Amino acid sequence: MSIWEYANPKKFMQTSGWLLPWVTGLALVCLIGGLFWGFFLTPDDYKQGSTVKIIYIHVPAAILGTSVWFMMLVTSLIWLIRRHHVSALAAKAAAPIGLTFTLIGLVTGAIWGQPMWGTWWAWDPRLTAFLILGLFYLGYIALWAAVDDPDTAADLTSVLCIVGSVFAFLSRYAVLFWNQGLHQGASLSLDAQENVSDVYAWPLWTCIAGFLLLFVTLVLLRTRTEVRARRMAALLARERRLA
Amino acid sequence: MIPDLGKYAGAVMGAYGASIALLALLVLVSLWQAARMKRALDEVEARAKAPVAEEAAPDKGASDV
Repeated sequence: MSIWEYANPKKFMQTSGWLLPWVTGLALVCLIGGLFWGFFLTPDDYKQGSTVKIIYIHVPAAILGTSVWFMMLVTSLIWLIRRHHVSALAAKAAAPIGLTFTLIGLVTGAIWGQPMWGTWWAWDPRLTAFLILGLFYLGYIALWAAVDDPDTAADLTSVLCIVGSVFAFLSRYAVLFWNQGLHQGASLSLDAQENVSDVYAWPLWTCIAGFLLLFVTLVLLRTRTEVRARRMAALLARERRLA
Repeated sequence: MIPDLGKYAGAVMGAYGASIALLALLVLVSLWQAARMKRALDEVEARAKAPVAEEAAPDKGASDV
């Protein structure tokens, strides 16, 4: 069996229909469990006070905000190279989810920044790249809506996605090589010396898993909607030809 | 039940409230679009199958006669 079998809309609908309830259940368990654990059962930080509880939303949303764009990059490349429609539709379906995560990252970051940094916003490399990434999401969604021919829309948005990847990359990695700005480095990393304390790390990992599973749930649901919309357009076009 | 959030209560509750509202909006819009598209496609598919059923019916009736 090959992964390319899932490029067949019928196979995709079968598999995603079977998978969706399980992923939804798991997403709810991780998301509700992680947020409950983080909000109710962890202590205040000695420096940040209770604002440390914002990391359980801010960090997963920011990680997903950039990761969704990378997922869109992969599916866009698959569309450009192999012309699989499900792949282009998955990228289209993912964009509003990525935009929502990016908005949540920006809003919660600003709310946390005001008491901790003394400002809602700073033109810091990571923040600025993340804001531009949010604008790329808006542009990407607008471009899909503006072009009538779906294949042309998929081509144009795929190119836009490749260009926007620069800002997804910068917002993820700018703190590592662009040594200025307010934003701190990674809260969690494979290097144990940099990690936040375990008492915060475990609920944070659970929330990251919850956000990731929520993304998978929504992208499956929304891609199924897009596949149906494409089939309906084909049936309506056939109706018009026969009329 | 709600932990004492001290002087940052507004910031923490605001961050959670805004995030939950945005996520709820995304989920509800996605579910609404999915239900609306499924219903619309079911109608179009039923219409597409209808002429076949109508053509088949006289044959069935004729064989019964």
